[in-house]
Amino acid sequence: MVNIKINGMELKVPKGTTVLEASKKVGVHIPTLCHLELHDFGVVNKVASCRVCVVEVEGRNTLAPSCAEVVYEGMEIRTDSLKALSARRNNLELLLSNHPFECLTCTKNLDCELQGLAEELNIREIHAKGEKMCYPLDFSSNAIVKDPNKCVMCRRCETMCNEVQTVGVLSAINRGFDVVVAPAFNLDMIDTSCTYCGQCVAVCPTAALTERNDIQKVWRALSNPRRHTVVQVAPAVRVAIGEMFGMEPGTISTGKLVTALKRLGFDAVFDTNFGADLTIMEEARELVHRLEHGGTLPMLTSCCPAWVKFFEHQFPEMLDIPSSCKSPQTMLGAIAKSYYAEKMDLTKRRVRVVSIMPCVAKKAESARPELSKEENLHVDYVLSTREFGHMIKEAGIDFAALEENEFDSIMGESTGAGAIFGTTGGVIEAATRTAYELVTGETLERIDFDQLRGLEGIREATVKIGDIDLKIGIAHGLGNARKLLEDIKSGKQFFHAIEIMACPGGCIGGGGQPYHHGDETVIKKRQAAIYEIDKNSPRRKSHENQMILKLYEDYLGEPYGKKAHELLHTCYTPGEKI
Amino acid sequence: MKNRMSLLVCGGTGCIASQSNEMIDLLRTKLAELNMSDEITVIKTGCFGFCGQGPIIKVQPDNVFYVKVKLEDIEEIVNEHIVKGRTVDRLLFEDPKEKERVKEHKEMDFYKKQYRIALRNCGFINPEDISEYIAVRGYEALATILQENTPNEVIDIMKQSKLRGRGGGGFPTGLKWELTAKQPKGQKYIICNADEGDPGAFMDRSILEGDPHSVLEAMAVGGYATGASIGLVYIRAEYPLAIHRLETAIKQAREFGFLGKDIFGSGFDFDIEIRLGAGAFVCGEETALINSIEGLRGEPNKKPPFPSEKGYKDRPTSVNNVETFANIPPIILNGPEWFSSIGTENSKGTKVFALAGKINNIGLVEVPMGTTLREIIYDIGGGIIDGKDFKAVQTGGPSGGVITKEHIDTPIDYESLKSIGSMMGSGGMIVLDEDDDMVEISKFYLDFTQDESCGKCTPCRIGTKRMYEILDKLTSMEGDPEDLEILEDLAVNIKHSSLCGLGQSAPNPVLSTLDFFREEYEAYAYRTKKQFYKIIPDKCIGCTKCSRVCPVDCITGKVKEVHIIDEDACIACGACFDACRFEAIEKP
Repeated sequence: MVNIKINGMELKVPKGTTVLEASKKVGVHIPTLCHLELHDFGVVNKVASCRVCVVEVEGRNTLAPSCAEVVYEGMEIRTDSLKALSARRNNLELLLSNHPFECLTCTKNLDCELQGLAEELNIREIHAKGEKMCYPLDFSSNAIVKDPNKCVMCRRCETMCNEVQTVGVLSAINRGFDVVVAPAFNLDMIDTSCTYCGQCVAVCPTAALTERNDIQKVWRALSNPRRHTVVQVAPAVRVAIGEMFGMEPGTISTGKLVTALKRLGFDAVFDTNFGADLTIMEEARELVHRLEHGGTLPMLTSCCPAWVKFFEHQFPEMLDIPSSCKSPQTMLGAIAKSYYAEKMDLTKRRVRVVSIMPCVAKKAESARPELSKEENLHVDYVLSTREFGHMIKEAGIDFAALEENEFDSIMGESTGAGAIFGTTGGVIEAATRTAYELVTGETLERIDFDQLRGLEGIREATVKIGDIDLKIGIAHGLGNARKLLEDIKSGKQFFHAIEIMACPGGCIGGGGQPYHHGDETVIKKRQAAIYEIDKNSPRRKSHENQMILKLYEDYLGEPYGKKAHELLHTCYTPGEKI
Repeated sequence: MKNRMSLLVCGGTGCIASQSNEMIDLLRTKLAELNMSDEITVIKTGCFGFCGQGPIIKVQPDNVFYVKVKLEDIEEIVNEHIVKGRTVDRLLFEDPKEKERVKEHKEMDFYKKQYRIALRNCGFINPEDISEYIAVRGYEALATILQENTPNEVIDIMKQSKLRGRGGGGFPTGLKWELTAKQPKGQKYIICNADEGDPGAFMDRSILEGDPHSVLEAMAVGGYATGASIGLVYIRAEYPLAIHRLETAIKQAREFGFLGKDIFGSGFDFDIEIRLGAGAFVCGEETALINSIEGLRGEPNKKPPFPSEKGYKDRPTSVNNVETFANIPPIILNGPEWFSSIGTENSKGTKVFALAGKINNIGLVEVPMGTTLREIIYDIGGGIIDGKDFKAVQTGGPSGGVITKEHIDTPIDYESLKSIGSMMGSGGMIVLDEDDDMVEISKFYLDFTQDESCGKCTPCRIGTKRMYEILDKLTSMEGDPEDLEILEDLAVNIKHSSLCGLGQSAPNPVLSTLDFFREEYEAYAYRTKKQFYKIIPDKCIGCTKCSRVCPVDCITGKVKEVHIIDEDACIACGACFDACRFEAIEKP
């Protein structure tokens, strides 16, 4: 323990504590901007670059960044001296002096950390005005919009992109006043190996990195009487959307969400959890097929589009190991435009499929040419959870006061197995439940596979299925995925099946979710809610989903059969590392 | 035949730019024609230091020092001096005060008051020949300590000598080595910081060009003391000659067994590699330097941890400057007491300064700590050009400040310079005369720092830019008195809250000139500064248009003759500038 003094108050803190952490213990709040720590997810950004959290340390001429300054015995700190306060104000003013004052029309209006700080520090005037950065905006990708002029050089995105995700697209370029975070040579995002995981968006304190806004396209589709517009909602959206309306993180809002979508005017409201169950039908069968016929092992899940993009660019020589299954959102889109359209007597060109996703990469996924049929995309528009929240607000819907409703039939039923697709470990648990019964022909009694759950970056487990000791690997965060893949490549590790999700925690921590602003408990509460949904589901194995069974019986035939292959499976293209 | 004469030709970058390489070739050709190649050697040396007088050729043993030699003078030197033994008087240095020709360098004021430790061999040995270095006791220091001292004893020697880092910070070298040595065993590194970035500073380059082996030897000593087996020289790619000479020296040292495995049979292994930098000022900061060597973006990290705990590849690393290293072999050979007997109480030894600006003798000077500015400027430097009034001297480059007449008798050391608002820095010294505009000088430095800022922290990235903008506004006569307040607030904040030394010291040129020459800033802020337009004689064709539009009739001149503006009467309205169709009028 170390004895220190903060603003005259004496306290003892463990060795290695930062000034910022110590201050919290005595009720002293120090404003921060660049600092970000999601401890349990291995995310740390302590570059100490914004200089907004500076404090005075006795005996030192210069100020210290409280986020990165570690306490020492006898340290005396003043967080409230005039010197510290004016430095903070001055540095914030400097950041604002180089910021486009578009707050009223900015995507992050009222959700912006810079704006919040300006309010907190009571900034009323910018004293040193001058030139502002003037970079062109990058609209090149289908998923992420980059506005360098709003960049405050906190480097959080860089930490996510390089250290956590190991994608290595974003880093600081240029020097002096012109420094900005961008791809090398200021390339357009579309020309890089960006996976569009959106973790840069999730942590950006301003609107320098945001998702592409597709709300207007959806409004237009909804108001077009010639269109039959259906919508699907991903598993992780229902445990996060409430946050947009001031509800506790982890509030389960499935019923309200369905009502809101119906009020918005969608012709049918489907559940991506149905798509997830469908994925399991195919994926579990594919795994069994690979096990029985000596196919390539391990088999990797392919639900996560950022992960798909990652292995295409980073491991182009290993394209035979991921499952050929499309993701739940595109499977559902494909069925909506075939089976559903036929049933409703609609031409597939009349049907528009909208997805509400916790994800930014799903926007890019929906535009992939191979995920279409006869030049008609399986999914037409993808909205993030945040965009969906904004639509509800725009439409004047009082979300909290909504009654609860059920998803529409044909593609509305789902099992607990589909629900857990929203968290790390969920997809492989769902697949194991089905694979177990497929291989052994016995009923699975213990449905919860606790050994597959948790939040460690890389997890390993062995599940006994009949004669096979199924070795399972799980990774969330692309950096962890890389480690796992490199171990497989070098022969250091062997697995039968591996689940990978690009975002910390899986889709619950997705780039399209309401901003967590550095509070990791938000993500954990969402995870707890996901398992709660599973626990309370009447059916918890994908192959027990009655609507799914009917779909195969009426339309698809055998799981992993010819028709299923045509509609539900895909292929991958090697990419480059840029 | 016995060698009877040596011609030492300066091979420093400045002299090479003035054709000293061609002179060497021509000398050799001429000597060969005369069949004198055996008795007369031509040696390409490092910098003599008297760069304002380059190219320099020194004739030994006659001790004749030819200055400002041109290629066409070579024939005369050969025919007169070498063949006939007659000194070419017109190529001798002319003393600016006495107006007399001086033959020997020792008689020149420029050299008289210098005390050369770090520069001891520059200009005297052939830097590309290891045997010449050995002849001046080269590698003897390394041999001695390897045979007679433990690493701890070497650190003690360094501590007793009280040598402090010459890169600017002035951190005690012995202590730095001790901190690195104390770390747990394992791979350690010693880095030579040759990323000299101050505008106008070239002492490190001259040492590396003139005496590369002394740096290599000292690095090996440092490696032994700290427990490092690998040394890295981080040098900017803009120093091709220094790099070439380092490469040559490393190769020779390896051949002689002074680098590599089991040096002098002591069991000590040490080798040196070169790492090139792209020439960013901030990479002179040790953590930024290490990032750059690792292939990362050259930007500083927060300290602690210091490199001595966690440096290159996260291993303990000692980063020392070129000039610091160059001092080390003499300290070991002559003893720490000898070194600590030179200088002031807290700053021992000598310091090399790059003397430049409005001064008669421009070049590199090495003086004992405690020498006054007056001695450097008037004795060594030969006073101000054209007999003008001394105004101030800028030391420490973009991180330093100005020293005025009032402090001209201050004995120079780390502390005294800091106490009067400047700093030692790496040793740039720019002399300013009565005509220099202090606001413009500050603007020059801020332009440099805001451009060289790595952009990592807010105060340095945006703050220095805002400071520059205010200075620009002021000098364009568009400023206001409030700008001075904002400027000062910014300066103080940047000093307090920047992440690294570059940012923390970036406002110094402004703070120091505001302190001593506030009235010059106010003249701009209150727009009372006298401004006038000027006519560029080469461009004026005498069309008379300007004189016709001038509202105060201050332009005179006949048709088809160059016109003149009366500076005192000009009200700087700009009418003439707008009227001129030949771009012959210069804005204030």
